[in-house]
Amino acid sequence: NNSFNMNGILLGSVGVNRQTRTHVNYEVKDNVAVIRINDPTSKVNTLTRQLQDDMMEVLNEVWGNSAVKSAVIISTKPGCFIAGANIDMIKVCKSAEEVSKLSKEGQMMFEKIEKSPIPFVAAVNGTCMGGGLEFAIACHYRVATKSKKTVMALPEVMLGLLPGAGGTQRMPKMLGLPTAFDVMLTGRSIRADKAKKMGLVHHVIDPLGPGVKDPEERLIEYLEEVAVGVAKGLAKKTVTVEKKKGLMQKVQDAVLGIPLVRNQVYKTVTQKVMKQTKGLYPAPLSIIEAVQAGVEKGPAEGYHVEAVNFGKLAMTPESRALIGLYQGQVACKKNNFGKPEREVKSLAVLGAGLMGAGIAQVTVDKGVATILKDTTTEGLARGHDQVYKGLNDKAKKKSITTFERDMTLSFLKGQLDYSGFEKVDMVIEAVFEDLSIKHKVLKEVEAVIPPHCIFASNTSALPIREIAAASKRPEKVIGMHYFSPVDKMQLLEIITTDKTSKDTTASAVAVGLKQGKVIIVVGDGPGFYTTRCLAPTLVEGIRILQEGVGPKKLDSLTTGFGFPVGVSTLIDEVGVDVAAHVAEDLGKAFGSRFGGGNVDVLKTMIQKGFKGRKSGKGCYVYSAKKKDKQVNSGTEEILKAFKLTAPPAVSGDEDVQYRLVSRFVNEAALCLQEGILADPVQGDIGAVFGLGFPPCLGGPFRFLDSFGADKLVQKMKRYEDAYGNQFTPCQLLLDYAKDPSKKFHK
Amino acid sequence: ALKPLGKTLSKPGVRNVVLVEGVRTPFLQAGTTYADLMAHDLARGALQGLLNRTAFPKEAVDYIVYGTVIQEVKTSNVAREAALGAGFSDKTPAHTVTMACISSNQAMTTAVGLVASGQCDAVVAGGVEFMSDVPIRHSRKMRKMMLSLNRARTLGARLSLLGSLRLSHLVPELPAVSEFSTAEMMGHSADRLAAAFGISRLDQDEFALRSHVLAKKAQDEGLLTDIVDFKVPGKDIVSKDNGIRPSTMEQMSKLKPAFIKPHGTVTAANSSYLTDGASAVLIMSEEKALAMGYKPKAYLRDFVYVSQDPKDQLLLGPTYAIPKVLERSGLTLADIDAFEFHEAFAGQVLANLTAMESDWFAQNCMGRKAKVGAPPMEKFNLWGGSLSLGHPFAATGCRLVTMVAHRLKKEGGQYGLVAACAAGGQGHAMLVEACPQ
Repeated sequence: NNSFNMNGILLGSVGVNRQTRTHVNYEVKDNVAVIRINDPTSKVNTLTRQLQDDMMEVLNEVWGNSAVKSAVIISTKPGCFIAGANIDMIKVCKSAEEVSKLSKEGQMMFEKIEKSPIPFVAAVNGTCMGGGLEFAIACHYRVATKSKKTVMALPEVMLGLLPGAGGTQRMPKMLGLPTAFDVMLTGRSIRADKAKKMGLVHHVIDPLGPGVKDPEERLIEYLEEVAVGVAKGLAKKTVTVEKKKGLMQKVQDAVLGIPLVRNQVYKTVTQKVMKQTKGLYPAPLSIIEAVQAGVEKGPAEGYHVEAVNFGKLAMTPESRALIGLYQGQVACKKNNFGKPEREVKSLAVLGAGLMGAGIAQVTVDKGVATILKDTTTEGLARGHDQVYKGLNDKAKKKSITTFERDMTLSFLKGQLDYSGFEKVDMVIEAVFEDLSIKHKVLKEVEAVIPPHCIFASNTSALPIREIAAASKRPEKVIGMHYFSPVDKMQLLEIITTDKTSKDTTASAVAVGLKQGKVIIVVGDGPGFYTTRCLAPTLVEGIRILQEGVGPKKLDSLTTGFGFPVGVSTLIDEVGVDVAAHVAEDLGKAFGSRFGGGNVDVLKTMIQKGFKGRKSGKGCYVYSAKKKDKQVNSGTEEILKAFKLTAPPAVSGDEDVQYRLVSRFVNEAALCLQEGILADPVQGDIGAVFGLGFPPCLGGPFRFLDSFGADKLVQKMKRYEDAYGNQFTPCQLLLDYAKDPSKKFHK
Repeated sequence: ALKPLGKTLSKPGVRNVVLVEGVRTPFLQAGTTYADLMAHDLARGALQGLLNRTAFPKEAVDYIVYGTVIQEVKTSNVAREAALGAGFSDKTPAHTVTMACISSNQAMTTAVGLVASGQCDAVVAGGVEFMSDVPIRHSRKMRKMMLSLNRARTLGARLSLLGSLRLSHLVPELPAVSEFSTAEMMGHSADRLAAAFGISRLDQDEFALRSHVLAKKAQDEGLLTDIVDFKVPGKDIVSKDNGIRPSTMEQMSKLKPAFIKPHGTVTAANSSYLTDGASAVLIMSEEKALAMGYKPKAYLRDFVYVSQDPKDQLLLGPTYAIPKVLERSGLTLADIDAFEFHEAFAGQVLANLTAMESDWFAQNCMGRKAKVGAPPMEKFNLWGGSLSLGHPFAATGCRLVTMVAHRLKKEGGQYGLVAACAAGGQGHAMLVEACPQ
């Protein structure tokens, strides 16, 4: 549908000695060259070799045509301007120099556009990220649609890279140092109207409704019409590129004109980055360096540093880890179980607690009619308020309107009985974690639901087959393990038993995808995958606390390794009671391998009412006013009572970190070995998105690949000598340790 | 030459409902001669004018329904206040309806229902809009404080409340100009609509100019006979609409877009403007009208209301309503002799005409096999429209129906079709059949 009718123009152009252009073409309209991009081989446009070659050829023709007074760059691909550089192009490179060369080519092409004798207008609809945005900002003027799909970002930092095609050089000039740093260091997505406010685009266009053709097709046409108008104006000088600067902007520019102030900015930004990354991520620092080189030493040096740093970063394990996570996440956003026989159009959630209400929120958010059932009006009111608050916070942030909030809320029905259950397609129970309660609920529900209805259990540790034992139709029973807070945590762990039907799985995955989740599908067993990895880590954390490492120190050691949340804080967040429950249950299931710390520490804490954040006290004391939390002296006393002596040989800071990590990683490897995990990709995604395994390490399996299974096994053997079998490396680890050429990720 | 009349749309067993008379005050641009009045004053003018023109015995009026959009808070049931003031019997009940720009259409169809069901024999319907004064409120904070002050018992409590007064309390709240559900201004939506249908600025300006030229011609030829004079206290008698101003394409092309800047196409010149005005009609059962010696102007036959997406199809009501009302009466577009469309924006009218001509739109948005077609321009809004005559929101509906009846009479046609869009993404169409003369 995006065919170009341009043969006449192509015939008139000079010297086509390459194969025909497939990705870029152009047409001259009223002295404006309209350059259209569309990669026919993919759903999105990326800066591939072919696209760049086509583009250079077109640019040369355009510059050679004296009738052309200005140009428009536009994509005819629905929903996508240019999604960025092609990651595969970088992945195939063997050396930093090779990657630097790619960067330099990009820099050169965009520099040519920037220095073009005729003005260029970038007409942006859809994804405009990374190299795509660098392309757009090399143009002299930007028009963007306010379509929901129009998102601008420089997300390279999230892949452990930097904007390597002039981005670090042009952004500061365009947005000023502070905003440019913010955009490049967070990689955050910027919508069109925000981009207009920031000065990233000059002109925005509202999306259109249906007319006499597909709305998006018409929107792209309209965008082109407006952009051509702007391009004509630029050529005639009736439109100017310069924006009027506000007072604040002028003041900021003046202040940042002082070198001393700029130095302070670099310093502050670096400190902030160090605080947040603990120095574990090289990309942000490289970005600061490239920006600083350009601003302080001039463009030649700036572009040089940008290209060199880009090459270096591409070779770092951190970048590989982050790219792996990105690709894994994309893979975990697909339904590999086929299209379910029937779409889930109405859903019921049992239990309006934190999890139940959270699940209801992410479901109504996508327009699915949802019943939220609880046993008490108080519980129901609390759950309803949670959903309302979640949506209202979005309205306050203006990501939705209050009207949309109300419409979304209209999909929610709170009730105390089972009325209407005869029409639901799926029930997700989020009642108390107790097998007999789950059985009772399952039987009650099965008495009222239609035959096709799926029963999903949101349990974090109870084996699904044990829950399904009470079911008349175990093929319709599945586990859907959400993470708290449900509306923020991306992961959903789906658990299938050997009796769960493929269609049930397909349906559960489809619902999860609709809810916006990243999904791993794992086999059944105590703790499934995520909880099973978490439990030994927490138990080891308690052991470490018992050995006299304070909660704060333990937190800083774990966050220092790259975990976003320290183990002590994690215990408080999960809830001391939940942690105790899980540790005990899994301890029974797996025996001494799950030993180490004493669960009685947690039990004593519960007795004293220290249940974690929800009760105001856990490892720490929480108060609404103070941001800086204090260690709970009550817990310190309990720890003293359970004090153990730390074996000096394995109690250094680094050993403490590796004791935690090795137990996590060993359990993950066991899950793969036992077939709980289908592949290492899902293992990595589950660990990072569900449990906060350090993203810079890319997940337990990526970590084994880069760190070396042999090295980890060596460490574990030392810990095994000191503590016993909880540190015995599993067979899979030993296999990989024996043969260093064996890698989990190709 | 009169064409032979087609079949009549009267239905066996259903009372024929007729328009006996329709009048309106002159429509004036907001802030001009009517500026110091109130809404019910204009409504009174229209109601009194109707009584005067028809010499209808007021005790024979069974019911009054009146439309209004921006409500004057003092006269929330403006129908009742205006009727009393206009000298109607205090025994005649009256209620007010609101449905944005089709409020008086709603008033009329309510009347049709009352008559057709046998509840009433004679109902007065109408609508008024007064944009020279709109209710501007204190801020919510201020209102809250004032209400608390009312309840405060001690001086201390009152003083402490007054002490909480901040400058921000004094920022007034204007009546909403944008759609509540989408927070979008109507002109903005109209501009996007025009863009979606590829309606150019030139087309819009030409259509607006046509509206003004035709209105001027109708005014000069004395065709706007629905107007009744209105005496403004202390000022002259108003007897003409004051917004009809045929301009030139060149002048119109100079205007900057009013909503979407800088590339939009909707300007002040190709949009309807804020207007003060009121209208009223007398709707009766045919037998009663004839028995009382009246010569009805037209039958009010079928009507429909439609609604659709308030964001992207806010103003496409006519496109959806027309096929429905035609199908209900077994007519085709070719059977219609006179079209009267409400002109909110030139771009909106042209977008509707384009949509009606589009198979893609019919198939993808309306679930129809094929397009219904668009009205021919030689039958369309020949005496001007809302763009030129003015558009007092709740008064326009009666103006459309009266005008189509007058045109049928003048042009010798049988069927007239009225269509209008309204805020909220709603729409209306009504089929009118000329009474035998």
